[in-house]
Amino acid sequence: MYELVAPRDVFGSTLVEIGKVNEGLFVVNADLSAATKTDKFRAVFEDRFINVGISEQNMVGVAAGLARVGFIPVMSTFACFAPGRCYDQIRQSIAYTNLNVKIASTHPGLAVGVDGATHQSLDDLALMRALPNMTVLAPSDQVQTRKAVLKAVEYEGPVYLRIGRMECPVFFGEEMEFEIGKAYILREGADVSLIAHGSMVGVIYEAAQILAEKGIQARVIDMPTLKPLDREAIIQAAQETKAIVTAEDHFLYGGLYSAVCEVVAGLALVRGVAVRDRFGESGTPAELYKKYGLTAENVVEEVFHALH
Amino acid sequence: MDNKRVTELERIANDIRTEVVKSIYRARSGHLGGSLSATDLLTALYFEKMRLKPEEPDWQGRDRFILSKGHAGPALYATLAMRGYFPVKELETLRKIGSKLSGHPACFKTPGVEMTSGSLGHGLSVGLGMRLAGRAKGEDYRVFVLLGDGEIQEGQVWEAAMAAAQFKINNLIAIVDYNRVQLDGTVDEIMEVEPLADKWRAFNWEVLQADGHNLNEILPALDQAIERSQQGPVVIIARTVKGKGVSFMEGKADWHGKVPTEEEFRQALAELDRQDGVS
Repeated sequence: MYELVAPRDVFGSTLVEIGKVNEGLFVVNADLSAATKTDKFRAVFEDRFINVGISEQNMVGVAAGLARVGFIPVMSTFACFAPGRCYDQIRQSIAYTNLNVKIASTHPGLAVGVDGATHQSLDDLALMRALPNMTVLAPSDQVQTRKAVLKAVEYEGPVYLRIGRMECPVFFGEEMEFEIGKAYILREGADVSLIAHGSMVGVIYEAAQILAEKGIQARVIDMPTLKPLDREAIIQAAQETKAIVTAEDHFLYGGLYSAVCEVVAGLALVRGVAVRDRFGESGTPAELYKKYGLTAENVVEEVFHALH
Repeated sequence: MDNKRVTELERIANDIRTEVVKSIYRARSGHLGGSLSATDLLTALYFEKMRLKPEEPDWQGRDRFILSKGHAGPALYATLAMRGYFPVKELETLRKIGSKLSGHPACFKTPGVEMTSGSLGHGLSVGLGMRLAGRAKGEDYRVFVLLGDGEIQEGQVWEAAMAAAQFKINNLIAIVDYNRVQLDGTVDEIMEVEPLADKWRAFNWEVLQADGHNLNEILPALDQAIERSQQGPVVIIARTVKGKGVSFMEGKADWHGKVPTEEEFRQALAELDRQDGVS
């Protein structure tokens, strides 16, 4: 449970794993291969790796061109640059054209930490969720990340993959089966449902333990697919528990909270733990999560608001 | 190139112009100026230089053409129809709901369209990606990318240009439709792109120049570009006239996106008809 591994390391090694069996995989990078860990792929498959330099808009076009001729390109940078810098390119050349490109962005959210607000992407899920044809994944632990990368490459069509930078507890055994569009219940409880993705799954798990000590049983749901949503799991949570509290390292607008509200508007009480309409700043991830209200205590507080 | 073939191609180009004017007039919207400036270049590519199988649009060995200046879609549609990708009659559906021929081209809608375009500046990057794929697969198909001169004000074009030279990519040929006019006015008053040949050379591209309406210049320039693109990326700066072929549209920013009145429409067709007779 408490072995800590950074999902981005798993991302790099999973690409190598896929490259060995799938000759169609092509990795595209924009001068961040060391940070996104795609340098692991380059080391083995130099002829199927391209570094376009610091030019994210160009990277999207290059990936689209590779896909149009039958390769499966995985393009990777920080989430603040893709989708942040090249939304128009993604919208037209990948989503609208429905090309088989995987946009794998590391370093999402406040978890970026000391690099500060310029590099903390808190709107990427809102942007990518808004696009037709786009599948949006935000896996949590190393096992789920590996399986999500495998599934994303196997799936035919555009995928946005939000991959965590921080070390994360391991929730899943190697036998877990990752399905696009499926939520995973990590803990059962009938009082309240906690839903999160990525780095915040650990936070709601911790919140559930605090709540249990106070006599409140929380259902803990890991929601690694933001689009298409597991509507059934959300409706069940609304029907079988008294309230839903979402938690995400993202703006409140446009991410998981919005997605859940879109499903159960009028049917359930939903409260959200997220960054509230302001930019971040420099600090350690732990300091930032505390200052911007993304801790287990914040989740517990929202549960009390919801239940009382 | 024998004169008879050149005359045939000129006639085809003129027929394409006529279809462009008709389809935009019927649609009551569309971009005439930049479609008419690109027509002779499209004719040379699709009717003479590109390796294609219109009856098999997805043939893997085909040369690829990307209309990066997507607003010239009517010219591409008319060219593809005349080349046999779909019936010429379908040009009547331009910009209509449910049509294959949307306001700007989409490769999943129209047979023969290689890439979606509309938002400017994307095409050269996509062409580069297609050639990187070709190189990785050991396939020698050529990729031609038609850029507008206003379009190259987009920074992404130069990101792609820099990368293409860095990768010494082969069989990638850019063509600039250098009509000197953009939506809001002339290029020199809005955002000058000169010295254009020097810019491309500074990005380590081989530069060729041609009169973009004279097939006796376009065809040899394309031959030369194809040959030299074995060594690295090549651009042809094709001097053109916006609205070429219809006297009152020529060189006018107004005609970037204007629709002719009935009288203007008849005059345009009459002019094109006369030119057909001459050539």
